[in-house]
Amino acid sequence: MYPENYKYTKEHEWVNAEGETATIGITFHAQNELGDIVYVDLPKPGATFAQNATFGSVESVKAVSDIYSPVSGEVLEVNSLLSEKPEKLNEDPHGAAWLIKVKLTSPAEVAALMSAADYQKYIGG
Amino acid sequence: MSDPAPLRKTPLNDLHRRLGAKMVDFGGWDMPVQYSGILEEHHAVRQAVGLFDVSHMGELVIRGPQALNLVEHVSSNWAAKLKPGQAHYSGLLYETGCFVDDILVHKVSDTEFFICVNASNQEKDYEHIVAHNRFDAEVENQGAQWVQIAVQGPKAQATLQKLTKTDLAAIRYYWFADGEVAGAPARIARTGYTGEDGFEVYVAPAEGERIWSELTVAGQEFGIRPCGLGARNTLRLEAKMALYGHEIDASLTPLEAGLAWTAKLDRGDFIGRAALLAQKERGITRTLVGFEMIGRGIGRDGYEVQIGGEKAGWVTSGGPGPTVGKNIGLCYLPVDRAAVGQAIEVLVRNQPVEARVVATPFYQRAK
Repeated sequence: MYPENYKYTKEHEWVNAEGETATIGITFHAQNELGDIVYVDLPKPGATFAQNATFGSVESVKAVSDIYSPVSGEVLEVNSLLSEKPEKLNEDPHGAAWLIKVKLTSPAEVAALMSAADYQKYIGG
Repeated sequence: MSDPAPLRKTPLNDLHRRLGAKMVDFGGWDMPVQYSGILEEHHAVRQAVGLFDVSHMGELVIRGPQALNLVEHVSSNWAAKLKPGQAHYSGLLYETGCFVDDILVHKVSDTEFFICVNASNQEKDYEHIVAHNRFDAEVENQGAQWVQIAVQGPKAQATLQKLTKTDLAAIRYYWFADGEVAGAPARIARTGYTGEDGFEVYVAPAEGERIWSELTVAGQEFGIRPCGLGARNTLRLEAKMALYGHEIDASLTPLEAGLAWTAKLDRGDFIGRAALLAQKERGITRTLVGFEMIGRGIGRDGYEVQIGGEKAGWVTSGGPGPTVGKNIGLCYLPVDRAAVGQAIEVLVRNQPVEARVVATPFYQRAK
């Protein structure tokens, strides 16, 4: 369920870092808690933000939730699939429905995040 | 700091948990917001039939030789016009003409009225009515004595009819009958909060779980689904039905909320009438309208509405309309800027997003 090579946050985002770039998304648990997702608001390429800053939001039928950046970085690419098909976030949150790709300001931030095992323990407890 | 009061539970609480519902704190009640998903539940009600536990709603009974006098004094609609077995929507108002609550008044007999009120207002409503009871009538809070199950959707009648000998086809919209459902005494009202045909069934708490289960079996062939408060909200929003604390509250009047028809100013006196007459004479300055989003974004409850960059009003309820296929909402606007077609902007996280005033209700079922 939760890819071993990803890192996770208490805010229910995941990070898949490869060298100086990383892909960021929300977890299966997050989408399941939100319910039917109807709208995803994401930054534009070139935007920069600090770790833990709000970089976008996900709206379900009933509510809006901010997305916090697990790492500091600059947006390289935004997943255009989600503007037309936000419901993909319910179907494939760890894969096709990634949110953004970033250039990491500080790759060391990634190592400090939770492992898949720790995250599962976190949401289980 | 004292601990917050424990959440109140309906008699069906355990059942919801067994069904895997997501539970939320709704005005102090531990209620299911969804089971399988809000969209799926919404569509089930529009296309077939859905089942809602609305036992958190309050029930007040007014009885006695002057029951009608008390109802007519505290309720803005015209209860004298009701026949036994008939119900209507009404307002419980303060002297200011603003809402204590919105209510459903059922006339059981010439000396008994059964009033369905909002969950988190039931104690306030009870106290309000008692405080104004200068008649030969008694008021009883029966909130804990009823389970209320709403069966809603085009297949509601076919579902419920399997469990009752009462001829449901003979119960017209906003009428009710006392009978039995699955062998248990039940008050069966053709009312609802979804914009669909359907029934609200009142039974004793001990019978609630069994009747819910029997309804589930009866509706299986139609694809019946348990539905939570999430779908209840999208359904009522599409039908432009008011929600206390959103479209109406202690600072808003029926005239402003588009509910002038619930306040019968031409009959005798009632609480709030003088204020409403004065407001009508002066003219209202703001009014409730429907809007749809044009730009990308969803206007949510509490968001500011602007016209030409200036603050003009606020969103009372907003979200996706699953059946209308648009992002919709209700908002208050100045009366002279409230015509259908009026361009507005909704401030979505401080960004103005284009929207426009549209005709309501957003959804109306084919009759």
